[in-house]
Amino acid sequence: MCLAIPGQIIEVKEIGGLRSARVQFGGIVRQVCLDFVPEAAAGDYVMVHVGFAITKVDRLEAERTFRALQEMEGLEDELASSSSESH
Amino acid sequence: MRFVDEFREPELISKTADEIRRLAGTERHYRMMEVCGGHTHAIYRFGLKDILPENIELIHGPGCPVCVLPMGRIDDGLAIAHEPDVIFAAFGDMMRVPGTQGSPLEHKARGMDVRIVYSPADALKLARLNPEKHVMFFAIGFETTAPSTALTIMRARSEGIHNFSVFCNHVTIIPAIRAILDSPDMRLDAFIGPGHVSTVIGCRPYEWIAHNERKPIVVSGFEPLDMLQSIVMLLRQLNAGEAKVENQYKRVVPWEGNRAALKAMAEVFELRPYFEWRGLGFISQSALRINDKYAEFDTEQRFEVPGIRVTDPKAAQCGEVLKGVLKPHQCKLFGRECTPEHPIGALMVSSEGSCAAYYNYEHRKAAMVTLSLAG
Ligand code: SF4
Repeated sequence: MCLAIPGQIIEVKEIGGLRSARVQFGGIVRQVCLDFVPEAAAGDYVMVHVGFAITKVDRLEAERTFRALQEMEGLEDELASSSSESH
Repeated sequence: MRFVDEFREPELISKTADEIRRLAGTERHYRMMEVCGGHTHAIYRFGLKDILPENIELIHGPGCPVCVLPMGRIDDGLAIAHEPDVIFAAFGDMMRVPGTQGSPLEHKARGMDVRIVYSPADALKLARLNPEKHVMFFAIGFETTAPSTALTIMRARSEGIHNFSVFCNHVTIIPAIRAILDSPDMRLDAFIGPGHVSTVIGCRPYEWIAHNERKPIVVSGFEPLDMLQSIVMLLRQLNAGEAKVENQYKRVVPWEGNRAALKAMAEVFELRPYFEWRGLGFISQSALRINDKYAEFDTEQRFEVPGIRVTDPKAAQCGEVLKGVLKPHQCKLFGRECTPEHPIGALMVSSEGSCAAYYNYEHRKAAMVTLSLAG
């Protein structure tokens, strides 16, 4: 129920003063509200839940997480930077 | 990167599982709760249970909004929808959820005007298209969903729409975790934190779990590798005797959450003094209602709500399963009186409920084994 799915913004539009976008999920394109992610632009990936983008996908972090998985030994330092102490 | 396939790579999955086995060793037993129903679903869907060592026990938490909704609230919503010229709009997830007189879909079959919407914004659209009717949106969900409802209500007001209201059943995740930790028969070592709720609330609200309760929590994504990596992170903390909040799902979850979404929630909602959770009972300050400023859009202020209360049968052991004291199949009703087709308890209602997830996947697996043995 709380699942959000990643999609790529194809085009941003103002509809009635609100920021809205056409977002592509695999083969499907849907109209999505961008009010919660004012910084998102065409080309960005966003996580969409019930027709609203709730967050932007951070490509760099995605690659970092994936690299950490590939180099399991390197995981230690990687994870150190995500703990509460460092924030 | 497409942000999905990479996190399902079989080779990496087995490598990460090896690391989990190495870290878990054999001496100690680890009890981890995944709070979110989406994680429960993923655990069964991807067969993660099968690749984890036996001394890691996953306990399925309360994070399925459909499951924890008391049946009385469904009855209340349907009672209002019986009034003339009311359209009942809800997410697809709600449609098969039974009330005492049947589910919304069954009411539709008996002539009620019931519509499935994908988004609260679609419910508002229905109100625009049907000015002679009143559209009631039956809202459910945690903080992932509540901001979208809030924004839709704000939009209804700014557009001057008067035939739209929300029957608000939004709940908040932190009080539910607190209730579980407070329960005396609960023994947990760590938490797999909800991913998409945290895009909105961020990671800070979990700090008390680490600092006061001394339990590690890792906010996790939903792909198999996300969850396995989170388990690695939890094991490292537990083995080192640490208790921290960590964020495995950094590509999606900002530490501070989503300011715009939180602002919309604060504008429209206020905390209820208490709210009933199916399987857990009454929990204080655990749910949202619409504040006076937006009273016009609050179904509970516009209509007479009967306030129906339905208690689950005594034999239903949902509370024990929710707290991890019992496994789903250990409930006396599991698979007999209580099945996904005829749910008796909360956890059988949605595919994200732990009993339904267990039933669907374990049963299918058992059936396959029997078949292959027979063949
Ligand atoms: S089998 Fe049914 S009654 Fe028993 S715990 Fe699960 S949902 Fe509740």
